[in-house]
Amino acid sequence: MRPFVLEQPANIPAAVALASNFAAPDRPPTQSDMQFIAGGTNLADYMKLDVAQPSRLLDLNRLSEPALRQIRVTAEGVRFGALVRMGEAADDKDVRLYYPVIADSLRLAASGQLRNMASLAGNVLQRTRCEYFREISWACNKRQPGSGCAAMDGFNRQHAVLGVSDACIATYHGDFAQALIALDANLHVEGSRGAREIRFADLHRLPGDTPHVETGLAADEIITAIDVPAGPWTRRSRYLKVRDRESYAFALASAAVALDLDGNNVREARIALGGVATVPWRAREAEAVLHGKILDEATARAAAETAFADARPRDHNAFKIELGKRTLVRALLETRDMKV
Amino acid sequence: MSETLVSKPIGLSRRRFMTGTVSAAAVAPLLPPKAKADEVAAPRSKLREPVVTSLRINRQAYELSLDTRTSLLDALRDHVGLTGTKKGCDHGQCGACTVLVDGKRVLSCLSFAVMMQGKDVTTVEGLASRDGALHPMQQAFIDHDAFQCGYCTPGQILSAIGCVNEGHAGSEADIREYMSGNICRCAAYPNIVAAIVQARDETGRA
Repeated sequence: MRPFVLEQPANIPAAVALASNFAAPDRPPTQSDMQFIAGGTNLADYMKLDVAQPSRLLDLNRLSEPALRQIRVTAEGVRFGALVRMGEAADDKDVRLYYPVIADSLRLAASGQLRNMASLAGNVLQRTRCEYFREISWACNKRQPGSGCAAMDGFNRQHAVLGVSDACIATYHGDFAQALIALDANLHVEGSRGAREIRFADLHRLPGDTPHVETGLAADEIITAIDVPAGPWTRRSRYLKVRDRESYAFALASAAVALDLDGNNVREARIALGGVATVPWRAREAEAVLHGKILDEATARAAAETAFADARPRDHNAFKIELGKRTLVRALLETRDMKV
Repeated sequence: MSETLVSKPIGLSRRRFMTGTVSAAAVAPLLPPKAKADEVAAPRSKLREPVVTSLRINRQAYELSLDTRTSLLDALRDHVGLTGTKKGCDHGQCGACTVLVDGKRVLSCLSFAVMMQGKDVTTVEGLASRDGALHPMQQAFIDHDAFQCGYCTPGQILSAIGCVNEGHAGSEADIREYMSGNICRCAAYPNIVAAIVQARDETGRA
């Protein structure tokens, strides 16, 4: 691992001041010499592998603002402080009752130890586990822009079929992000140009020709809170995750579903798909298929066909298309049948 | 868990001789009290200069002089001489390095020791009471033969204590789910689950 300097600012303004000093403004956050660290479960691993090469770490765990560590559930929605740990949010009684898709997405992610360490804001910013990204001897446009993509003709069973480009097919592996994008979450962000709010759906960037640009954040911006608005669909919501093994694995396919039903008639459906796309993936066209319809196996299947209509498989991951469809159908029907 | 562990005198073992970076906090502090002034401008470290980190390990205070890159795992094993915590994958995939930090189970291989300033760390060496009586979870692992080679066992035991304290050991299914971060290549899983059930019932938690 390369040597680094540790900074431990005491509050958000101090962190922003440091960050604006050391973060190169012309580079995306992932390419910056200065990296924020909270739980470190993703970054420490990638520093050991030399995938991440920061010369300065800005430790966010000493920030004193209490709201960073709080979960506030009100009639309008739920606000998660950025430093709330995954395990804390997964176990929160109100989150489990009123936002089960959020609690499930966190509970089914990682392991008990990792959930105690990893912050919620760090979780949404986790980087891909593409085998060719993780090992620095391979060509990877995301790790080293312009170097090529070894995954295209490599072993790409884990890779994405949605949102792919000719430069990158790396999967976004997170689970929590699928719940957030399905529920129209917003992020509070602070940086040297002030505070702003952004839609969670606008955070992640499709790989396109620049897969190393992963988010719309500036290198000196810190996520401080995650807001999820309450809706008639939030309580009838569910996260279904299909993996190679029962626990402690990334999704091969997953679905975050939230439904507002009138009987079995769909007033509103929210759908996001995990394990199959390069970014957190909202399936709006599939939602439209269900709008105003009776939700049964046939309409669920029609929605699933629509969700994967633009899928582009490679040599080893075509199975994800059918698996993803079946995952979505099951998630929709199980969510319909929830007792709320 | 409330027992106080007194570290046995280690003597001048090869490991301790080679590292020589441990000083019990009972002796005079290495550094003057930190200036309170500008917390923004003063980083805790400079490139290639060691950082003095104070932490409590098994209820004993330590001051360690560390490269910022040192994982908590390496600090425990190579700097303090507590080799009970095991290095398996060193990438957060196996759970062998699990310790408790402020009572919560975490992976010491993915934790930078310099970020643990002021934290309370419990390793497998800190579980037994002063008179040598094992922690109920340790005893349960023996009673149920919950290991074969034993390499993953310290991590399993610390993780199991965390699992029970978190309230995630209510059923055998829960135990299997919430212990999934600890891999046992000898596949002693059924016995590990049985041991956790026993310790849970004895300690009356979860």
